[in-house]
Amino acid sequence: MASVRMLFEKPWLWSFVGALLVWAATVSFTGGYGAGGMVTAALSLAVFTVIVGVGQMFVITLGPGNVDLSLPANIGLASAVAMKVMGGSDSMILVGLLAALACGAAIGAINYLLIWALRIPPIIATLSASFIIQSVDISYGRGLQIKPPPGFADFTNWQVLGIPALAILTVLFTIGAALALQRMIYGRSVLAIGQNIRAAWLAGVHVGRIRFLTYTLCGALGGIDGALLAGYFRGANVDIGNEYLLASIAVVVIGGTSVAGGKANVPGVWGAGLFLVLLLTMLNTFGVSAGVRLVLTGLIIVGVITAAGGEKAVR
Amino acid sequence: MTAIVPGTVPKSSPRGSGARARMLRSLLPALSLALVLIAIAWLNPRAISYFGFNLMLNLAIPIALATIAQMFVIAGNELDLSIGTFVGFVGCVTATWLRDAPLIGVAVLLGSIGVYALLGALIHLRNLPSIVVTLGMSFVWQGLAILILPKPGGKAPDWLLAIMSFKPPYIPFPILAALIIAAVVHFGLMRTSYGVILRGSGGNAAALRRAGWSLLRTKIVLFALTGLFGVLSGMALIGITTSADANIGNGYTLLSIAGVILGGGEFVGGRVSPIGAVIGALTLALAASPLLTFMHIPPDWQVAANGAILIIVLAARVLISRRER
Repeated sequence: MASVRMLFEKPWLWSFVGALLVWAATVSFTGGYGAGGMVTAALSLAVFTVIVGVGQMFVITLGPGNVDLSLPANIGLASAVAMKVMGGSDSMILVGLLAALACGAAIGAINYLLIWALRIPPIIATLSASFIIQSVDISYGRGLQIKPPPGFADFTNWQVLGIPALAILTVLFTIGAALALQRMIYGRSVLAIGQNIRAAWLAGVHVGRIRFLTYTLCGALGGIDGALLAGYFRGANVDIGNEYLLASIAVVVIGGTSVAGGKANVPGVWGAGLFLVLLLTMLNTFGVSAGVRLVLTGLIIVGVITAAGGEKAVR
Repeated sequence: MTAIVPGTVPKSSPRGSGARARMLRSLLPALSLALVLIAIAWLNPRAISYFGFNLMLNLAIPIALATIAQMFVIAGNELDLSIGTFVGFVGCVTATWLRDAPLIGVAVLLGSIGVYALLGALIHLRNLPSIVVTLGMSFVWQGLAILILPKPGGKAPDWLLAIMSFKPPYIPFPILAALIIAAVVHFGLMRTSYGVILRGSGGNAAALRRAGWSLLRTKIVLFALTGLFGVLSGMALIGITTSADANIGNGYTLLSIAGVILGGGEFVGGRVSPIGAVIGALTLALAASPLLTFMHIPPDWQVAANGAILIIVLAARVLISRRER
């Protein structure tokens, strides 16, 4: 009885249940064929959503109105920067990754600078920033060497006993993020700001500094995600991050994080990320057309969010 | 508003300068449009003509209509991230069914407005974040658009082509249309009593509820109006481009939000301005391509120009507001 209640109190478990159901449906359709390979593929694709999802989660947890809409543009630019710095040579991989990280962090810092200096809602700040980043990317990425060095491409596709190495690293990263959220002053401050920004300020939380750090962190995660995506898909392009706007917000919400802020959940991001990727795999396996796939994806996301329901916003 | 820096208390200041700053603030959208026009006139005087405006403001009508659509949801403290793909969907319906089977076309378009109304009800009843719901819906509209028109094509109905190529004497059609749109919506939202209720649902929902108004109804009406203007925008777009493409409206989501904000709208509190929104849309339409072309800036930077204008106007607004305090 107690365990049943626990299940209901932990909405993020449902995202894993959903992922499992979708996987089971696909496997039964194929008659058990490719069951393991599907998990491997889902893990390696979910990684990219999870990385930006965690960044978006920290931002959304800051409270209503906080969301980073510049992630797709950020990912696109960082992927181009990383590939340019690496220049196709294995010895530059680390430098390229650092460059992508720095590029993303700078974008995050600029986002917060706009929010702070212009006192505008984060949606508008990150939106205007993304306009500019997009143009920079289009102009910068033209005629660029966009292939990753072979070593980096191999690394992003590397598997240990059928488990993508990137997925293992990302699990470690998310454990770190969960610890930071629940056990470190930084994470507790983010939660406190999300629950009541004024109370947090009165309690001595450095509101400005924490918000700055959070946007920078989210930007940096977007940057590293761009570099990894370029490695995995063997090339950078302007549109590489496009799908991660919806995905990053959707995994946060489906994963049980409150959109009203102040309540975050790291494991749920993994569950929701796997759910979304497996959902796409399922629709592909069923052989539906691109249009039907988009419609179903949209409807399922709306449906899941309706079922999960919003809490009463504390405003 | 959540972005308020805690601890700032509005300082009292002499009334005169406050009123002047407020007026300056409400004139800001018109000022930015005037600046862009002056820049264009300076760079290429021949553009400021009947023919020039027709050409430069070619796409301003659908942008203005999409911006008005976005303004209605923003008035209710929500955001519609699906308006762009919705405009694309409407475009595909317009270029296919509305021409070949007008009855079905009309029914589908009315039905899509109904879907918007339902979304409003859903968002209100389940207290859902509109950003996520509309992001999800953006996939649905895009998918439907691809199903209707897998390849770019179709053709606009003749009556629509005739309307959109209408050439009134003296005043270029885009400007005339913008004036009419702004006047109609301004009257409806700012001058009627139910318009006040609609804006009030974004300003102080609790007070409205206690006064006995249905918040469910205001949300449904606001979303239905968004759907209606989204449909008008899509149809106007197809009337200009003559054929459709499933991705034709994708840029409109961000443009419409930018237009509302440029026009002096705010994200919360039901503070929006229909006239400002139309002016904002015109500014974006002019600044994005004609101005850049005259300045010999490559089209790569079109999107950036939108972002830069947004930031500059918002910065100006902050400077003015500081004096307002």
